[in-house]
Amino acid sequence: MLLRTRALTKAFGSLRAVDGVDLVVEPGRLHAIIGPNGAGKSTFFNVVTGFFTADSGSVLFKDQEITRLPPHVISRRGVVRAFQRGTVFQTFTVFENVQAALLSRKGRTWNVFALASGMLRSETLRILDTLGLADQADVRAGHLSHGDLKRLEIGIALGMEPELLLLDEPTAGMSPEETAAQAALMERLVREQGLNILFTEHDMDVVFGIAKWITVLHQGRIIADGKPQDVRRDRHVQAVYLGEEL
Amino acid sequence: MTFADVVGQFLSGLARAGVLFLIAAGLSFIFGVVKIVNFAHGALYMVGAFLTFSYTKTLGMSFWVAVLLAAVSVAVIGLLMEILIFRRVYGRPVADQLLLTFAMVLIIHDVVRLGYGSNLRSVSRPPLLAGAVFMGDIIFPSYYIFIVVVGVAVLAGFWAFLHKTRLGKTIRAAVGNREMVACLGKPLPWLFTVAFAAGVFVDGLAGAIGAPLGGIRLGMDFDIIILAFATVIVGGFGSLPGTALAAFIIGEAYSFGIWLMPAIALSLPFIIMAAVLIVRPWGLLGRSGGGEL
Amino acid sequence: MKRWVLIVVGVVALVLPYVTEPIVVHTAIEILIMALFAMSFNLLFDGAGLLTFGHGCYFGVGAYTAALLMVEMRMPMFPAMVCAMVMGGLTSLVFGYFCVRLTGVYFSILTLAFAQLMFSVFQQAYTITGGDLGILDIQPPAFLVEVNAYYYFTLLVVGVSIWLLWRIMQSPFGRTLHASRDSVVRTQFIGINVRRYRLAAFVVAGVFASLAGGLFAPFNRAVAPFLVSWVKSSDPVLMTLLGGSATFWGPVVGAAVFTTLHEVAIGYTTYWLLLMGGILLFGVLFLPGGILGFLEERLHVGAAAPRTRMTEASGASSNARAD
Repeated sequence: MLLRTRALTKAFGSLRAVDGVDLVVEPGRLHAIIGPNGAGKSTFFNVVTGFFTADSGSVLFKDQEITRLPPHVISRRGVVRAFQRGTVFQTFTVFENVQAALLSRKGRTWNVFALASGMLRSETLRILDTLGLADQADVRAGHLSHGDLKRLEIGIALGMEPELLLLDEPTAGMSPEETAAQAALMERLVREQGLNILFTEHDMDVVFGIAKWITVLHQGRIIADGKPQDVRRDRHVQAVYLGEEL
Repeated sequence: MTFADVVGQFLSGLARAGVLFLIAAGLSFIFGVVKIVNFAHGALYMVGAFLTFSYTKTLGMSFWVAVLLAAVSVAVIGLLMEILIFRRVYGRPVADQLLLTFAMVLIIHDVVRLGYGSNLRSVSRPPLLAGAVFMGDIIFPSYYIFIVVVGVAVLAGFWAFLHKTRLGKTIRAAVGNREMVACLGKPLPWLFTVAFAAGVFVDGLAGAIGAPLGGIRLGMDFDIIILAFATVIVGGFGSLPGTALAAFIIGEAYSFGIWLMPAIALSLPFIIMAAVLIVRPWGLLGRSGGGEL
Repeated sequence: MKRWVLIVVGVVALVLPYVTEPIVVHTAIEILIMALFAMSFNLLFDGAGLLTFGHGCYFGVGAYTAALLMVEMRMPMFPAMVCAMVMGGLTSLVFGYFCVRLTGVYFSILTLAFAQLMFSVFQQAYTITGGDLGILDIQPPAFLVEVNAYYYFTLLVVGVSIWLLWRIMQSPFGRTLHASRDSVVRTQFIGINVRRYRLAAFVVAGVFASLAGGLFAPFNRAVAPFLVSWVKSSDPVLMTLLGGSATFWGPVVGAAVFTTLHEVAIGYTTYWLLLMGGILLFGVLFLPGGILGFLEERLHVGAAAPRTRMTEASGASSNARAD
């Protein structure tokens, strides 16, 4: 059991965005969290990664409590997040973006004597290769296309050498080709690098295409949690999605 | 030290608080609506005071007319500033806006120096308010009461405007969600101009009615702006009742400080401000989630 | 191209005392000191995205520490300057601890508040600081009394300091600061305790500012409370913006232009604030990149430009829809 939340709750005023969520993420799966808009998926990620403080409940990563720890501590423990909107370092190049994460991961960031530009080159390029961004290494992040930006987001997360990667809508805003490439990338990361991925998605083709386990959130609560074929047949889920083709 | 002395200091603090409230309210209002931290607020206050002097002494107007005219004049200056200068930088990073208002501080200061020189000026209280109300040993200077009345009236007026009028509600909505209001078709830039002018009007008014309290001199601008910031921060940006409360606290602290502990009196507002910023950055009555722009 | 400019400037700097009059050298010393002051400010502003309106506090602390030690305790200049840096570092550590807990405008205002607090303290503590009169008659050691000698000394100290600042900005630590400027959230999520790094930057900036102050005291022969005030704090802000905050050498250029302007202007008019305000206004409205930013754009000099332009020319960037 890699990640486990117990009765996790986060409310904003009277709105219970996350309402008593008991989620288990097992290693080795591509685990998707789906649900209609406002179901609480992003809030859930925010609480797990320390961006919001949980009102009650707990989060355990590899049997260690990470519930009220700040984001920078949690990301060092191995739970790393990529954001929905490409929040990258705009003035850095693609290379420098990923390098920044690596420098932090390797504990080099208090170094005031070395010149940063030459450090950790091979490790950085390796990650860029995995993502297919190596040819844009010297491009300023502010100039990237949307699809490349999302991939760079993942690249930064990979720089932290995560054990559990949380991807927030990794294919949002992408064309069909880019979406397929992104899905393939995610499978590759799990298969070749032994990563564990927990992701939220709206694109059902992607979800049912690659996910090995699906959790459905609705109004902050889990209404289904299991293998894709079981979730697909679940009545409650179908009702919530109102006859949408699953 | 008698009871009458204490009450005297209390009233003096109240008058100070009243003027401070007007300035801080304008500052807070401008920040709330237009999201500009107007460093030039102290300078405009000073202009209000000097103009009141000019209107009464040089042009011979009556006190009441002069005060109103001074406030209006300052509002016009503010209007020009907004239209000609600040409008251009709404989309820009905050630092640019801060620097522009700071530039205005420098310019206004020297323009005033150009116009009036470095001498101390003064404005006397109008005959109607020159006296005092007596209660036993205690003296209530009428002018102090007048300031407090104006302060309360402005507070009530602002509140009524923001909560009861359509335009006021639109402004409150605009503070909450800019994009939405723009979609609804209300012309936002015009809204900002009006809000800015209103905030600056109150500022000029403060300078005008504050003028008879003490000397009018260069340097008023620098002195008061820090106090105004302290007030807004202690009260909470965007909270009018908070600003009133904070003005009261700081006004009284200053008044009693000067009387009892002159050495640290000048530092007292900063100590209070620093303490609030450290413990509760969103102010006494502000809303949490602040500390960020 | 940039390398040639630097070399030329360097040569000019080295031979300056032999080709001009003492008054120019005197101004040059002031420029060097202000340049260091402005560079330390820009470490925070461009380096970490922190706009401080209270940097004069540490400049003043450094100046007063050096002044007090040299006048009251007859300490030689070099140890006095070291102490000045220590005091500047301690003060910025204490104040910075509180300031970095805030962001944006609140941060700026708190830095301002602390500077004003120190100003009041310096003004009131008459017995120690001499109140409004300040401390007078600070004498540099005999071998530095002559203006040329002091010039070379200052050139050395400032030169080394700027080199150190450059190294810091190019280091992983500097990168981390840049990252926190671009996106605080993203930086947190790559495992960085942003607050701690900001505090470190604050202290480093404070140390270099107090070093500038320590150089200033013996040069000016006197110190006064206004050195600690927020009006003095606005000097590095103006200089940096004038020269261009986004370039490394911007603050130096700004310091040179600003100081020269000041020297010239006070000969003609006492309305210096008006001039400064006007320049700032013009600069912010029309020259957002400052003088160097403007030049880099027009003349295509500088390290940043080639990389960006090459990308655009080769068409590698498509629809640049960055968030």
